[in-house]
Order: sequence, then C-alpha cells, then structure tokens
Amino acid sequence: MREMSQAFASAVDLVARADPELIEIVQLSLQVSVSAVSIAALIGIPAGAALAVFRFPGRRGLVVTVNAMMGLPPVVVGLCVYLLLSRSGPLGGWGILFTAPAMIVAQTILIAPIVTALSRAVIEDLWLELSEQLRSLGVGTARAVLTLIREARYRLLTAVLAGFGRAIAEVGAVLIVGGNIAHHTRVMTTAIALETSKGNLALALGLGVILIAVSLLVNALVYLTSGIARRYSGA
Amino acid sequence: MARPAIEDQIAIPAGGPSIQPLVLRDLCFSAGGRVLLDRINLVLAAGVRTVMLGPNGAGKSLLLRICHGLISPSSGTVEWMGPGAREARVRQAMVFQRPMLLRRSVFANVDYALAVRRLPKALRTSRAWTALEVTGLAGLAERPAGVLSGGEQQRVALARAWALNPEVLFLDEPTANLDPAATRAVEEAIAGIALGGTKIVMTTHDLGQARRLAEEIVFLHGGRLVERRPAAEFFAEPEHDAARAFLHGELLW
Amino acid sequence: MRGFLNRVRLLLPLMIAIVPALVHPAGRFITLASTTSTQNSGLFDYLLPAFTRKTGIEVRVIAVGTGQALRLAANGDADVLLVHDKAGEMRFMSDGHGVNRREFMYNDYVIVGPASDPAAVRGLTDAGAAFRRIAAAGANFASRGDDSGTNREELRLWETAGIDTKSATGGWYKEVGAGMGATLNTAVGLQAYTLTDRATWATFRNRGNLELLVDGDPRLFNQYAVIEINPALHPAVKVEEARQFADWLVSAEGQALIGSFTVDGQALFFPNAATPAY
Repeated sequence: MREMSQAFASAVDLVARADPELIEIVQLSLQVSVSAVSIAALIGIPAGAALAVFRFPGRRGLVVTVNAMMGLPPVVVGLCVYLLLSRSGPLGGWGILFTAPAMIVAQTILIAPIVTALSRAVIEDLWLELSEQLRSLGVGTARAVLTLIREARYRLLTAVLAGFGRAIAEVGAVLIVGGNIAHHTRVMTTAIALETSKGNLALALGLGVILIAVSLLVNALVYLTSGIARRYSGA
Repeated sequence: MARPAIEDQIAIPAGGPSIQPLVLRDLCFSAGGRVLLDRINLVLAAGVRTVMLGPNGAGKSLLLRICHGLISPSSGTVEWMGPGAREARVRQAMVFQRPMLLRRSVFANVDYALAVRRLPKALRTSRAWTALEVTGLAGLAERPAGVLSGGEQQRVALARAWALNPEVLFLDEPTANLDPAATRAVEEAIAGIALGGTKIVMTTHDLGQARRLAEEIVFLHGGRLVERRPAAEFFAEPEHDAARAFLHGELLW
Repeated sequence: MRGFLNRVRLLLPLMIAIVPALVHPAGRFITLASTTSTQNSGLFDYLLPAFTRKTGIEVRVIAVGTGQALRLAANGDADVLLVHDKAGEMRFMSDGHGVNRREFMYNDYVIVGPASDPAAVRGLTDAGAAFRRIAAAGANFASRGDDSGTNREELRLWETAGIDTKSATGGWYKEVGAGMGATLNTAVGLQAYTLTDRATWATFRNRGNLELLVDGDPRLFNQYAVIEINPALHPAVKVEEARQFADWLVSAEGQALIGSFTVDGQALFFPNAATPAY
C-alpha cells in the first residue's frame, strides 16, 4: 500500500515538474491513439452503418464476427502486424516497423472492430425506428446510411470514445510493433510496463495515474463539446 | 436563409396526370401462420377523404402500409391505375403515428424530404417555407425539431409530407399520442391539405375524429373489409353487426 | 449529410497534421536489438549519447529477451545485435544471419532468494550445489521461461546440476514466462529463488526481502557480444552505421566508457574486448 501513496506523489511530482520526457510520452500516446481512432472511425462508422442497413447473405455471420473481434487480443494483433511489417514480411518494404505509424496500424486494427460493432448496434436501432419514414420519403440506401450516421452522431461518439479508451490503454500491440524505443515509440503504457520491469512500482503506478487522468480529460473534453453542440442542434 | 417573396411561395408546380385510382384485388397478408388481411378488394378513387376504421388488430395500419408500398402483400395485387401511375412512387406521402423527425431544424426536416426528390435548392427553400406557413409553423422554422411539443412535431411531419405536393396522403393514426388541442390543430392541417386537392387516406380509432374528417368509411374487422360506405350513412346506420358494436363502444379499439 | 462531411473535413487536416509528424525522416539511425538487462540498468542511456555525439548516428534500442532479439534480427528487423547467449549466437552465425561477432564486455549472474533462505544456499560459490539444495528443499524457484539468455543459462545450470526441472514444473519450479523484471517481481511475491544478471539486480527497485545469496562461481560468467547483421541476407540493413557502432563498442573509447559506468558506485559491466574470455 506504500506504493499507492508513493504513486500519487510521483505522479504529482512528474506533472508539477512538467517532466519533458513525460510530456513527450503523453504527446506520442495521444498522437498515436487519436490517429488510430480517427482512421478506425472513418472505416468503422460507415462499415457499421452499412452492416446495419444492407441485407446480404452472410450478414449475420459477419455481425457475429465483428462483435467477436471486439475482443481481439492486443498481443495477437501486434504479432500479426509485426509479421506483416517485418523486413521479411510482405510489407517489409515500407520500413515502418518500430515507428509510430506501425503502432497506429496495430491500434487501428485493434479498435476498428469496436467502432464498427458499436456503430452497427446504434445505427441498427435507429434504422428500425426510421426505416419506414425514410423509405416513405423515397430515400435510397446510400443516402439512408449517411442520414442515419448523422442522426446517430452523438451516440456514435460513444463508440469512438470506447475505441479511444481501448487504444490508449493497450500495451501488447504497441510494445511488439513499436519496440518501446525511448523518444520514438515509447508511449504511456509501454513506459508503465518498462518501469514495472525495473521494479519502479511507484513510478509505474504514477504513470498509470497520469494515463487515467489523460483519458479522463479527453473524455470530458469530448463530452463537453458534444454537449454544447447538442444544445445548439437540440438533438 | 432569406424568406422568399409571397409570389414564389405560390409557385408550387402542379402534379402530372393522376395516379389514381388505387385498386386492391384479392389482397391477402399473412405472417407467422396468421392471416392478418383476408381477400381485400377495394378501389380508392380521387376526391373523397377516406378513413379506415376498425378495432385493434383489424389490419388498418397494415393495409395502409401496403397501399403506400412499404409492405408487399402475400398474395393479390395493389395497383395504381391512373394515367400517371408510373409516377406513383413520388406522388404519395405518409404521416405516421409518431412524427419521426430528424435531429435538425424544423426547416431542415422539410428541406430534407425535398432534397431526396432532387429538387433545386431555390425551389426547395420556397416550398419548405410555404409548407411551414400553411401548417402555421413558420415561426418555429429555425428551432431544433427535437425540442417541439408532440403536436408541433406532428405538424412538422404533416408539413414535410405536404411540401412533397402529394396527390395521395396516407396518415396512420396521426393524433394517437396528442392532447385534444394538438389533435384539433393537426386535424385542421389535414383538412387544409385535403382542400388543396390531395386525396386523404387515414386510419384512426378516434370516432370523433372520423366523424369530423371522413367522407367515406372503410371498416375492417378481423382482417376483412366488412363495410365501405359514405361517412354520413355509416354513422347513421351501420350495416354490419361488428360495425354497430364498434360504434357503440362495445368493441375495444 | 453535409454536417457529416464537414466533420470528416475537420478530421482530415488533423490526421494530415499528425501522421507526417510521426513519419518525419529522422537523421541517420540504426536499430539495435538488445536485452532488457543492458537497457534497464541504464547502460545505454550512459553509452549511446557519446556515440551519437561522435558519429551523428542515433541508436534506437529494442530491449527484449535474447531469444526474441535473435529472432528479430533473423527477420532483418535490426541492424545490429547486442546479446548474451553464446550458443544461440553461434547458431545465429552459422545460419548466416550475422557477420563479425565480437565479444566486448561481461558481467555475471547471481542467485537471489528470500532472506530467510529456506534452502540454505547463502554464501555458496558453487551454483550447481546451490541449485541442488533448492531442489532438495523444494523451495520456490522462479524461472524466466522465456528463452532469453538468462533463461538458457539457468537451464544449463540445472542440467549440469543433474536436476530435471520438467517434473517440478507446477510444483516448486515456477515458469514465469516473462522478462527479468517481471520475474523478479514474481519472485518477491512468491518468496522464490531466481537467477538474474547482476546489472538488473543492482538496478531493480522492488526487491522486497530478496537478497543476493550466491555469486562468484566461474560458471555464472555472463559474456555479451555485438553482432552485425549480414547484408547478403538482409539487404535493408544499414551496414556502414552498424559497423561504426560495433567498432566503437570495442574501441578504446567505448571500452573505457563501459568500464566507467556505475550504479550506486558499483560497476555493472566489465569491458573485455581485447581479451575475449573464451
């Protein structure tokens, strides 16, 4: 329990000193995870909407698969991405292994199913509610998808935040494809793992406290801005 | 968004040749082994306001959706027989029990329906404003639809339907969730739309509303069409036992 | 719909701003696959800036177990290797992945365990005897079980001690399957003995009541070597920069720096490039 109080002390100390290494690590964590969640949203929201609206053979199987993929083990994703990006892998020529873009790729693969599955659920509910009205107005499927995405925008934000939470908190995938290189691919979670392996439990926990605080801050920021937007649109 | 001048508002293009009558032949619908509509034969012609009546589960709403083309019958045919029948899809509109508005302004809700029809922007704007004027909603145009009262929302739904300048307007229990004042406002809007020449086909379980709005009654019971007569005659002296019981409040609606 | 597209339009510049910032072409750098012991002790933080100042070449360290480091390098994902498992290294060389293996520093392994020392190994200088006593006492032993250099060394010690750990797995012999630090954390929790390199032990901060109990056996000698990757098999390798780095490690300057690195006044690595032990 001594570690707990030391953890908070070291967290406060790191923040108070504006420790440059800490700032670098937090910055990279946010850059990587925000990039990953942006790409995952650009893929996952339309994919989820399409999955909700279109009827085609194998759709149920696909829905179940995407839902199951929400639980993809980060280490397995990391390993697959490593094998792809390795110099001896099919995409080795890109030369991005052990760089931030490789971490973005891994996190995107990890969270795109989360954004897709949650978007599918949200939009399918909305589609059940609105499909008669939209069909009555003569809305085609493509426009229906876009309309539903717009209608569900605030609930989709939750799906995106769920993806962000998973991305910023995972360590297995970024450790393997990023390599936890100081000043290049060290993010909050890999730094925590590193400090744990050095036996610096208090510092590791302190970094954990900061990670939670950053995550909280991002969520609060999104909540506030969407709340303001919502008030203006009356949704 | 500038409000257009009065002259522009009048310039709502008239429809082409009529799509009516709507002819239903031996129409059946069953689901899960239950027959919900049983051999319906019905011709709905232009002009009169038609109200479908019947107790709960009679098949009114289902029949309305089949007429509008939202649901296909299990057997039998639904056919628009007028010279403009090819245009039937875009010459009709429907208002549902719940307003089903989008999360945007009142104006944008009406504009959306017009945008689906690929009308040019200027025409959309003038039509949408006219529709809001007619339904008494012009003052609420910029408000988010979600903050309006139930009655106001249903009038937005009516304005949206009206803006499409439909030859036939289907309404499925449009006032079921409204208080008497809101109901009255919606009824006035419906009557106004009918005066413009739009054929009204609606369902209701509000007998008072049926008396106020109907010119002819289609009475359904247990999935069958049991009586179809001018409204005055129907209310004065229904022929069928079930209809009589219904009017006396002996059948649950 | 326009609102949605607007949102996308807002997102795109954000991503365009972020992604290139991450791909920015850094100056010259090499990727060094190495072990956690050298990284966690702080040796690299001490050595590498001097090399970078001298040559302008940045060294990016991937710190993993020796087994994984060898595999990374065999896939062509590193430019140079710094590891400590001679048998594994020789196999790597004979497979043709490496060129120019050079031994350049050493330290030693130590056996640590609970202060209560239930197997009574404290003060022994024979690692084999210590291992036999631990087995005989059935005292908890935490093995890394991760095919690292330390793990391979530990398995060799059990073998020479004539003890079959397979049958004890699940009993007193605990395979942690993790790095040195995680294994030490586990040993603290289990009150277990374990084998660790001296550098990791010296810099490990969560010792609980574990103590250093056995050292000084010549068999606990721990040799580190630097290996360049064969460009004939791995054309993407930065041969020139890797060669410069390896040369520097065995140079008088590099060797002196290694020798001068201390933690709490204690030297953790000993340069021996000029006089290879074996």
